[in-house]
Amino acid sequence: MSTGTTATSGPIGAAALGDNNAEGLKADARRERLRLAGLCSPAAILVLVLLVIPVGWLFYVSFIGADGQFSLENYERMIERKSYARIFQTTFEVSLLTTALCILIGYPLAYFMSQLPSRIANLCLITVLLPFWTSLLVRTYAWLVLLQKRGLVNTWAMDLGLWDEPIKIVHNMTGTLIDMVHIMLPFLILPVYGSMKAIDKDYLKAAANLGAGPTRAFWTVFFPLSAPGLFAGSLIVFVLCLGFFVTPAVLGGGKVIMVSMKIASNIELFVNWGAASALGVVLLLMTVAILWIAARFVRLDQLAGQGH
Amino acid sequence: MKGWLDSPASETQITQAQRLWLYILSGLIMVFLVAPTLIVVPMSFSESQYLEFPPREWSTRWYEHYFGSPEWMAATGTSFKVAILTMLVATPIGVMAAYGLHVSKFAFARLIFVILLTPMMVPLILIAIGAFYVYVKLQILYTLASLVLAHTILALPLVVIVTGAALKSYDMNQERAARSLGASRWVAFLTVTLPQIRFAVITSALLSFLTSFDEVVVALFISGGDNATLTRNMFNALRDQIDPTIASISTLMIIVTSLLMVAAQLFGKSRG
Repeated sequence: MSTGTTATSGPIGAAALGDNNAEGLKADARRERLRLAGLCSPAAILVLVLLVIPVGWLFYVSFIGADGQFSLENYERMIERKSYARIFQTTFEVSLLTTALCILIGYPLAYFMSQLPSRIANLCLITVLLPFWTSLLVRTYAWLVLLQKRGLVNTWAMDLGLWDEPIKIVHNMTGTLIDMVHIMLPFLILPVYGSMKAIDKDYLKAAANLGAGPTRAFWTVFFPLSAPGLFAGSLIVFVLCLGFFVTPAVLGGGKVIMVSMKIASNIELFVNWGAASALGVVLLLMTVAILWIAARFVRLDQLAGQGH
Repeated sequence: MKGWLDSPASETQITQAQRLWLYILSGLIMVFLVAPTLIVVPMSFSESQYLEFPPREWSTRWYEHYFGSPEWMAATGTSFKVAILTMLVATPIGVMAAYGLHVSKFAFARLIFVILLTPMMVPLILIAIGAFYVYVKLQILYTLASLVLAHTILALPLVVIVTGAALKSYDMNQERAARSLGASRWVAFLTVTLPQIRFAVITSALLSFLTSFDEVVVALFISGGDNATLTRNMFNALRDQIDPTIASISTLMIIVTSLLMVAAQLFGKSRG
């Protein structure tokens, strides 16, 4: 496959040259290679102009103070002001809790599916993929409706006698977490399920053969083998949570303010690019650092199809 | 039943009965995953402002409200236009890039691949404010074309990955054979390679459409005026109060998404 370059000096190049001129052939191959590289240019230029350059510019702006001179004031403000510290604390808290809940809920389901015959497992997989592809806004709206004061969850819980009067489960941290776990679960389940499917069942037979009970065989053989997928999935979930915007904005009721929301309000309300860009730089660096760690365990392009 | 409960469930001889808790838990989790989205569908036909379930009285009033509202109709039109244009821009340039990266192992291929994947990794809010800044400077904020370009970069990673994967499993010798028989590279690609990776290309196109159609954060910043998208208006309506009209829009969006995903599955299936 990678021998593509050897074929670049095809029949046309050779024919055009007429005689067997090695120098000419080489130049011809180089031109061909450049033309092929040129195929990438529309896409690459678009990403450079609309993403790489503006983000680079945000880096620059984050080091410019109110007086137009180089300064660290945008970063100092982040450290000094209590409100900023609280936003980072909330962001980490929400991300960590969501990740932990996703592991607790997602790992058993992935395990269950990995034990099924593949035809039934594929059916169960649809239940994971269906929410994965449904619009994030639609799902957030669904939870808003279900969790509201007169919503289904409150009504049914009171009918069952779980609690007596409607409790507040939306426009706060609880509602935000429920929706975020719901949105993030597929991102955990899919890589975990993938790594579980790759485990050779003979290892478990061998463990049983050597006298390990089911519990011991699971924890000493199966779980460690599924750990890379679990680790990668957790990191992906955590990193995507850090940048969340829609869910806390709609379901948080102003009580759950995450970094993305602060960036948005700095631009929309205060037109303060310095503060927004410094927050953005910190968010980006955290994201890149975690993705870099994750990339050593899984290929990131295999986790395609995210839509946060 | 008794026999089944006592039968071994896995290689470790754990019995089905000992596994029951896992089956029940998994069933509940699957309900948790699917139910919230599906429950919106019957609710959207509720007569009540509070969207009862099951609805005591059925009606299509929220659908009538949606289809009767010029604002919602305009936003829906914008969303479809932007999604279709995004699909038409992202698919060809993404396939070109994937092909270029695949056949020519030039020095910067790895770097370009990483650049093309960045829109998938950078937090959306940064892409949104970055594009906002560029568009304000160029004075093209709130135009259809600028929104399409921003959505195109969000769709590109998916196109490059899906098409790139198909090219990896495709035998390039076929194209070489065509060219040694006199076809130009372009003709060889169109008549030999493209037909064999067409399912990946169609999947890429569908994913590009969906990426744009469902996108909220970037649209919040750079769509507006006459070109506000459906998701932007939905988001703003959600922040204010629970408008039952959104239930009908959600139902229609679920239908659009499901149709596209079924189409993608069918195309994917016919590959094997």
